[in-house]
Amino acid sequence: MSNYLLIDFGSTFTKLCAVDSINESVIGTASYSTTVETDITIGYHKALEMLFDKIGKVIDFEQVIACSSAAGGLKMAAIGLVKELTVEAAKRVCLGAGAKVDLVFSHHLNKSEVNQIVEKKIDIILLAGGSDGGNFESVIYNARLLGKAGIKVPIVYAGNKSAQDEIKEIFDEYQINGYICENVMPEINVLNIESAKEQIREIFLKQIIEAKGIKKIEEQINKVILPTPLAVLEAAKLLSEGYLNEKGLGEIVVVDIGGATTDIYSICTTTKRSDVIIQGLEEPFAKRTVEGDLGMRYSALGIIKSLSEREINFIKEDKKIDIIEEVKKRYNNVTFLPENEHDELVEKFLAEICAYRAMHRHCGKITEVLTPMGKVYNQIGKDLSEINYVIGTGGIIIKSKYKYDILKQTTNILNNPIELRPIEPDYLIDSEYIMAAMGLLSKIEPMLALRIMKKYLVNIRGNTDELSE
Amino acid sequence: MFNVIKTLTKIGENSLKTIVIGVIGADVHAVGNKIIEYTLTKSGYKVINIGVLSTQEDFINAAIETNANMILVSSLYGHGEIDCRGMRAKCIESGIEDIFLYVGGNIVVGKQDFSEVKRRFMDMGFNRVYPPGTSIDEALRDIKSDLGE
Repeated sequence: MSNYLLIDFGSTFTKLCAVDSINESVIGTASYSTTVETDITIGYHKALEMLFDKIGKVIDFEQVIACSSAAGGLKMAAIGLVKELTVEAAKRVCLGAGAKVDLVFSHHLNKSEVNQIVEKKIDIILLAGGSDGGNFESVIYNARLLGKAGIKVPIVYAGNKSAQDEIKEIFDEYQINGYICENVMPEINVLNIESAKEQIREIFLKQIIEAKGIKKIEEQINKVILPTPLAVLEAAKLLSEGYLNEKGLGEIVVVDIGGATTDIYSICTTTKRSDVIIQGLEEPFAKRTVEGDLGMRYSALGIIKSLSEREINFIKEDKKIDIIEEVKKRYNNVTFLPENEHDELVEKFLAEICAYRAMHRHCGKITEVLTPMGKVYNQIGKDLSEINYVIGTGGIIIKSKYKYDILKQTTNILNNPIELRPIEPDYLIDSEYIMAAMGLLSKIEPMLALRIMKKYLVNIRGNTDELSE
Repeated sequence: MFNVIKTLTKIGENSLKTIVIGVIGADVHAVGNKIIEYTLTKSGYKVINIGVLSTQEDFINAAIETNANMILVSSLYGHGEIDCRGMRAKCIESGIEDIFLYVGGNIVVGKQDFSEVKRRFMDMGFNRVYPPGTSIDEALRDIKSDLGE
């Protein structure tokens, strides 16, 4: 017997996935509302009952592990010095650690910014600034200001190493719950994610899940080990790179359109071309971006914000969709599910906008520069044009009849040929909704997780949009 | 506040003088850039090389993050004057008004009287301006006198 139970305590649903390691298969999945406000174990037990009903018997599990984005997920504030450099580096570290970056600040903080940290109930602050041996004045100023304001949430310091001793003294002086890590940007344009990311994960497991009432579940399961987005990132990395002799899928992009955010993960190198000049901060091989204004329910209003009145009228006439009404309906009723063909079409249309926009912000851009020495190419961000697969996950895509159309939007260059979007990828769907679970499983049995993903992700093709088994 | 200033001087004393170098504008001349990096590093300066195709903002951002003492701009393709315009103003806006700004290379088009060119760049806020064909060793003497050994 070696069955594993993998749990994702999501913001709205607690999702269970039971895995049989001998047959390398998913025994069953089940989900029930997350009940973190009252008692997280209630939802878990309901889901477990449903799972056993589905399987037809009660089974034992060798290990039960979980990831969580319940109770608002992991909310972070990223503080740096210059917007394009340490601020961006700090932001990428937070996203790479599976956090939501609710606040982003640069240069010297002011009191109202510090107040926002308190008001927005930030879980962890990442304080960066200065390359090693570079600016130290800004981080010292900011640390002192946070200390004086009596900030009690954990602060991860990942700025100029030359200021570490002073920062430590400030942490002691103001009794700050502080941690010292390697610099997120040790040299100009060099990104160093791992140290701070690992520290954030540790704090999340030791303190944040406790504070959010999630820890309680650990009396009944083995452990909560990751924030959910990090589990998905780990799964995507494994699926891309492969494990030992088991080959991966190569370079991939994962798209997750949710109620509150649209997340994009890309696992690939910055470029494969030798004739381009790369500008800006180094890009992570496994990169995650989160769009907080693009979502199908909580953030639905964000979708119309960027549309002009003319576009809204055009949509009304051309597609027969009153987008303002539809968006409000979804925002006011976040548990809304499509009931008829019209609803389905509206969902498709909104999801297409989310996918298109999120990819617009995630992918790199390339421009031709004419110089006296001839034409050169200048690239900012990641080149996704040679990606093998675009993978869709998350309830909206999985349940939609129009999976292909939605995912296809990630490749739509429209009138923006400078965008380095995927060109002709194949499309896969995480139809059993197992990616987060496989990210968890990859921490104990990577080979098993990889094989199950390869088995359960299904290919979709255009036009018919039928799942090809 | 006094404590902060004290710690700042303490950190500052131990570090090398930092110089940000790069090639500005739509200019991809990389060889001179490497020679400058080599020479300055060998002379005991901490060199931050942001490379070719750099904008004014790239130079300034790097200078802020690294707490640099000097920005040394190279321009080899003749459009240096357009590319460098307003750079001192941006430094002032960014809070690094006291930074040394050097520029050198083929900074203007055609055979112009260099004293005139130099005056124009000085008016733009550059501290030192070098004519075509200047070796980095010449500039090094000025760097030493401006920043100290």
